[in-house]
Amino acid sequence: MTATTQSMKTTAPVQPSPLPLRRNILDLDDYSVEEIASVFQTTDAMKEVLGREIRKVPTLRGKSIITVFYEASTRTRVSFEQAGKVLSADVINVSSSGSSAEKGESLYNTALTLQAMNADIIVMRHPHSGAPYFLARHLKASVINAGDGTHAHPTQALLDMYTMRGHFGRLQGLKVTIVGDILYSRVGRSNLWGLTKMGAEVTLCAPPTLLPPDFLGSRRALEEHPFAAVKVETKVERALEDANVVMALRLQLERQKAGHLPSLREYSRLYCITPKRLALARPDVLVMHPGPMNEGIEIDPEVAHGAQSVIEEQVTNGVAARMALLYGVVTPVRSGR
Amino acid sequence: MPTRAVLDAEEIRRALARMAHQVLEHNRGVEAVVLVGILSRGYPIAKRLAEWIERFEHKAPPVGALDISLYRDDLAGKVRPTVRRTDIPFPIEGKCVILIDDVLFTGRSIRAAMDALTDFGRPSAIQLGVLVDRGHRELPIRADYVGKNMPTAFEEDVAVRLVETDGVDEVTIISKDKP
Repeated sequence: MTATTQSMKTTAPVQPSPLPLRRNILDLDDYSVEEIASVFQTTDAMKEVLGREIRKVPTLRGKSIITVFYEASTRTRVSFEQAGKVLSADVINVSSSGSSAEKGESLYNTALTLQAMNADIIVMRHPHSGAPYFLARHLKASVINAGDGTHAHPTQALLDMYTMRGHFGRLQGLKVTIVGDILYSRVGRSNLWGLTKMGAEVTLCAPPTLLPPDFLGSRRALEEHPFAAVKVETKVERALEDANVVMALRLQLERQKAGHLPSLREYSRLYCITPKRLALARPDVLVMHPGPMNEGIEIDPEVAHGAQSVIEEQVTNGVAARMALLYGVVTPVRSGR
Repeated sequence: MPTRAVLDAEEIRRALARMAHQVLEHNRGVEAVVLVGILSRGYPIAKRLAEWIERFEHKAPPVGALDISLYRDDLAGKVRPTVRRTDIPFPIEGKCVILIDDVLFTGRSIRAAMDALTDFGRPSAIQLGVLVDRGHRELPIRADYVGKNMPTAFEEDVAVRLVETDGVDEVTIISKDKP
């Protein structure tokens, strides 16, 4: 009897680690492998909630989430709004057009105003890198970065990685090729943090003018660069060879006036993910794009809507991933109760 | 911390076999009965009860798993309870749902579980089965099927360990040293 009990001890499944609470979600650089894994696991459970007939759980009842978007967005804002509402939070959306920002109110004063209205969580997108860090330093409310300048977009990276994990069951050892406007891409940057932490083999591919200077040449090998192991490739055909995942990034047309490219046509001719180029990757390759797409520029419509594309799945997973993240954010304790 | 064993594997087995008989007697068979185990340890108990019922009745009731983390009223502390995937792959509309948990204590988990269940449909009745009832209810909730009534001090912890989740079948009471 005792012997059987003893031997059974080794077969017990590992209990998953609980989701650690955090004040703010700013980028993935301060996430551990375990924390990302528990976000994924929570996202699995949230997906089940989204599949129910009654898509509502009372978890964040009485909490308010204010989304403040100083840049255009459809999917991220709506995704956060839906995630908050499924968790029963009150979600209020503020966009910069039509808000006091147009009258010249500073970011700090806008934020203080939102806090004075008892916002528990502020979800912010801002054209300036670092803006959410500034808010997080000054506010009691939790701050979630929904994209800051060219710096970070952590929730997008988590949903991207979750989508890859859903198809391959792992991230460790996956060959992920990120093609496009790396220089300006906050999505690319956050994915780089997350994917390298999780053990994926990342290749970046772009024309040299759209790569950050420290990714060019041999500088990464000399200094202690956090992404020393990341491959950089300027020929898309070589970058796609054997890839498990191809992530096309949006060419940020609004930022191209700086003269990085001779013409859009040339970019498209050399870097567009076409069916012919995609054939160089593995047969079960996943095609991803954070959206919105410039079809015909960075991605061919046939690829974007083809059998390998999981672009719509990324959007669906985005709601579940953001629910998981909202669940793990501490909200300020109110006095006077 | 002093620990005393209150149920061993054999006693757990007998308690569950008795509870299975009681479920059958009370509901006159299993036709309209479904079992829903609260994650994580209520679920393996529900599966074992279903096995016993099948042994006696030659028909097993369906078993679902319910996670109640998103329905709790005590979201405090440094970590959030792990949300596990709820899996109720059958309709509960018009069925008699027997909720199964390992320990009945304040009743708050059961309150949360009933809220969660009603999001899945309108059962004809909800009954409650627990392996251990340790008292100290804070809500008007009682169990219909009890493996063992176990008087405890409020400060004590009751630890149910099961082969499926912990590698061993046992129930112990852990008394905390008084400060």
